[in-house]
Amino acid sequence: MAKISLIVNGNPVNANVDPRTLLVQFLRENLRLTGTHVGCDTSQCGACVVHLDGKAVKSCTTLAVMADGHEVKTIEGLAPDGAPLHPMQEAFREHHGLQCGFCTPGMIMTAVDIVHRKGHDLSEHTIREELEGNLCRCHRLPEYRSIDRGGRQGDGELRSRIVESPHRG
Amino acid sequence: MYEFKYHRPATVRQAANLLVKNEDAKVIAGGHTLLPVMKQRLASPPHLVDLSHIEGLDSIEVKGRSLVIGATATHADVAASAIVGEAIPALAELAGMIGDPAVRHKGTIGGSLANNDPTADYPAAVMALGATIVTNKRRLKPEEFFRGLFTTALENDEIITRVMFPVPKKAAYVKFRNQASRYALVGVFVAKRPSDVRVAVTGAGSEGVFRLTAFEEALKKRFSHKVLDGLTVPAEGLNSDLHGSAEYRAHLIAVLARRAVEAANAKA
Repeated sequence: MAKISLIVNGNPVNANVDPRTLLVQFLRENLRLTGTHVGCDTSQCGACVVHLDGKAVKSCTTLAVMADGHEVKTIEGLAPDGAPLHPMQEAFREHHGLQCGFCTPGMIMTAVDIVHRKGHDLSEHTIREELEGNLCRCHRLPEYRSIDRGGRQGDGELRSRIVESPHRG
Repeated sequence: MYEFKYHRPATVRQAANLLVKNEDAKVIAGGHTLLPVMKQRLASPPHLVDLSHIEGLDSIEVKGRSLVIGATATHADVAASAIVGEAIPALAELAGMIGDPAVRHKGTIGGSLANNDPTADYPAAVMALGATIVTNKRRLKPEEFFRGLFTTALENDEIITRVMFPVPKKAAYVKFRNQASRYALVGVFVAKRPSDVRVAVTGAGSEGVFRLTAFEEALKKRFSHKVLDGLTVPAEGLNSDLHGSAEYRAHLIAVLARRAVEAANAKA
């Protein structure tokens, strides 16, 4: 077993884990943060995307021990319980940027990461390229377009929210 | 995944000592090749030595006429680096074409080279630019380093520490992606160096990355896609699978080589 200490959604977490525990298993099974999903389990589908030190990573291809001493943010950490949704979540809801919803947590964590890296003014082409590592199996074109639009509206709202409240996003 | 012991050394020396002490230990950095293989139980190293916390091992700098990239620099680091973009823009572009954004946040240049996947992108850049692979023990030229499919000259206790890329006059990488996996079905890296031209191909060779000497000779006389008119690539020794026949890959190599030369000239 290995002792790990990390920050998850702003809270310090200490645990004793088998080194072969994947970060996604640790989040879901130890911490009961089941918003992060396991889709393909082969680092292709992106349902398991979380932020590690502020960068989108696939938590099915990261060991929990590798996150020792680091900061993890999951979909649950975007907006606290009872608080208004994060603007990216709100944009996905508003545009119905999902069908079955299984891929949505990963899509949103990736979308927030895209805005962090590339800014707010993004073309549809850029968004599609950047979403390359997130698969939506419902994937009818109208839904996929909703994800695009949701991502873009999220950018604009995120910008205003960041200006108002620098600690968020 | 089978059980293993996890080690997090703070220096390359500590990491090397761990490898000496534990013969079947494997080095891990981003983990984006090793972990999937361990999950499938195709590999079961009893010890993992994590290099990702060794300070300075991910540095990117220009030293003299070379761009020096630390082994644990991620693909995202290289793609976004202003230093790489200035010195060898083709290399930054190549790094930005690997996998997807989340994969690029974890995968490292050292890991890609040590794995020597026949469809990986970095081997083409290292071969075409004539980079030097520096380990904790020695310096290796690409021709010495790459030894066929998933095989390199690295010894059990040897760790890549950095890669030194001589800055070329012009360079470009063009990749034709496998539509499903997004790996290179064929990728061609062309580099016009001060004294010669090198053309390296990934994705197609049954023994991994290789050079196209006939194309290099033609381009050395004049660095224009026009000198490649009529030059073809033999299909012998190329991969043939459900994604494409050897003949198709041979055809693609010639087409992509032309495009890479055009792209390199367009950049200058």
